Amino acid sequence: MTDILKGIAASDGVAVAKAYLLVQPDLTFSKVDVEDVEHEISRLQGALAKATEELQVIRNKAAENLGEEEAQVFDAHLMVLSDPELIGAIEGNIKDNKVNAESGLKEVTDMFIGMFEAMEDNPYMQERAADIKDVTKRVLSHLLGVKLPNPSLINEEVVVVAHDLTPSDTAQLDRRYVKAFVTDIGGRTSHSAIMARSLEIPAVVGTKEITAKAAEGDIIAVNGIEGDVFVHPTEEQIADTKRQGQEFADLKAEWDKLKDAPSVTKDGKHFELVANIGTPKDLEGVRNNGGEGIGLYRTEFLYMDSPDFPTEEAQFEAYKAVLEGMSGKPVVVRTMDIGGDKELPYLPLPEEMNPFLGYRAIRVCLDQDAMFRTQLRALLRSSVYGSLRIMFPMIATLQEFREAKAMLEEEKAKLVKEGVKVADDIQVGIMIEIPAAAVLADQFAKEVDFFSVGTNDLIQYTMAADRMNERVSYLYQPYNPSILRLLKHVIDSAHKEGKWAGMCGEMAGDQIAVPLLVGLGLDEFSMSATSILKTRSLMKRLDSEKMAELSQKALYECTTADEVVALVKEYTK
Amino acid sequence: MEKKDFHIVAETGIHARPATLLVQTASKFNSDINLEYKGKSVNLKSIMGVMSLGVGQGADVVISAEGADEKDAIEAIAETMTKEGLSE
Repeated sequence: MTDILKGIAASDGVAVAKAYLLVQPDLTFSKVDVEDVEHEISRLQGALAKATEELQVIRNKAAENLGEEEAQVFDAHLMVLSDPELIGAIEGNIKDNKVNAESGLKEVTDMFIGMFEAMEDNPYMQERAADIKDVTKRVLSHLLGVKLPNPSLINEEVVVVAHDLTPSDTAQLDRRYVKAFVTDIGGRTSHSAIMARSLEIPAVVGTKEITAKAAEGDIIAVNGIEGDVFVHPTEEQIADTKRQGQEFADLKAEWDKLKDAPSVTKDGKHFELVANIGTPKDLEGVRNNGGEGIGLYRTEFLYMDSPDFPTEEAQFEAYKAVLEGMSGKPVVVRTMDIGGDKELPYLPLPEEMNPFLGYRAIRVCLDQDAMFRTQLRALLRSSVYGSLRIMFPMIATLQEFREAKAMLEEEKAKLVKEGVKVADDIQVGIMIEIPAAAVLADQFAKEVDFFSVGTNDLIQYTMAADRMNERVSYLYQPYNPSILRLLKHVIDSAHKEGKWAGMCGEMAGDQIAVPLLVGLGLDEFSMSATSILKTRSLMKRLDSEKMAELSQKALYECTTADEVVALVKEYTK
Repeated sequence: MEKKDFHIVAETGIHARPATLLVQTASKFNSDINLEYKGKSVNLKSIMGVMSLGVGQGADVVISAEGADEKDAIEAIAETMTKEGLSE
């Protein structure tokens, strides 16, 4: 019987392959008294050997895909696996208490885990406790004869099926074997969806029940363009999925021809199509997809990938690499956006009831200004290598902007006094993600050089709906007339003062939103690099006058998001 | 048996990454190698053992090796100690 599941189309493309379940197996067991302790010890030895073998494969894959540094965590795991004291203690426990290997292993490792976890003032030891937990699970899985899946162990063509994929799971997916992935939860803006697009792996997320419907080895057809998933598909469904995949591939070939073309509408109006990036490594994708600049460089990865605050020098090198890599094209750098769901081990922030409404981004920077000033200095020093634009995130009030800008000016003056060259044409703008700033955009526009709308946060704050909360995900409504009216006010306010307005949320590359945004006169669209050519192709078919009429109607005649979507479809037929 | 005293100067003691390196170095040798601190002795080839001692800054420890390659072992361990800034 075919099961048909509908999810969110997270990454374009199709695939038909066997399911590989990336789900945690049941590792429960009972404690059993045994007579033949030698047999239990040899079972333990066998499981240790297999676990070691697996971990070595995982380690090498990690080194290949993520780099030596990331692979070191598995070295620590391997070290635990070969620890003479630990193994001695487990064997001793089996012999002395005449218990099965599972129980002998678990009792001893639990003791070590408890001991290390108790060292609360020592985060290093607490990490080791996590290592022991991981290793114990892997050895247990071999004792129990169940599969403990790991993306690195995949060596044939599969569709990965999971409840959710962590960033490290996604980073380990090998494109040669993983033809698509399907998850229970998540949305278009969840981390796994963003990664899927940048890796160009077809994906459907938020199917709610794929892990319940698909078993290991089941044939699955995935349509990442429409968001359809078929478990045990019929011949017809397979053919249909493949045909849509082919049509998409043809379309993509058409888009690729637009790589060096300008981004203009049918009537010749130009819009800037730029990319969101996280590290200098992403520049290649931007160039391959014809990006006209960088609309959002998320600098928090510099902080998240570092064991301590990144130095001014390390930051300077990264910013310089991006500016030089874009050879004079504009680069919007967002200053540190930590807090909310992003934490740093070396910057302890108090636990909060509502982290998204709490101490994050510019609020932390203005409060702990030494760290912020280091970033500003690095940015200012890099400014001579290209066309730099600095953007402050989470601005709610003009005071905040003035304070941040004043710090920037102070650091600039200091650098100039030290004889360091700093560009004179650095634009300084803000992200519009807090409704208060959107509403007061007319006043902000007098003082900032540009706006860039962060739609993911703007929508969640305007709707008062946590975008991570599945139960209220229906309120994530980019096309709701209320959101569109806010956008219009922001864009018009910028233009009135001769400034520009951009957008760096997922909405900027959304094929339903683009016609509306063209109509509203948004100047700059920043999106995943892989969405640029598709959007350029769409723009070519739009008439800006007609889209202005569309957006006018959407804003003032439509009452719901659904009506807006229907209207857009009618106008772009 | 080969023995050597070390005075730990590293701020984090034998806790962080250097502990791992110390265990890796010891594991290369056949000799039995022990770390002694405050009257307690643990196998230096065991990361769990070493870490459970909680050797902090300013501690005085004794490392001893017994076996065919005991001299080389102590020498290599002393080198790791200095290189990783654990001891002077």
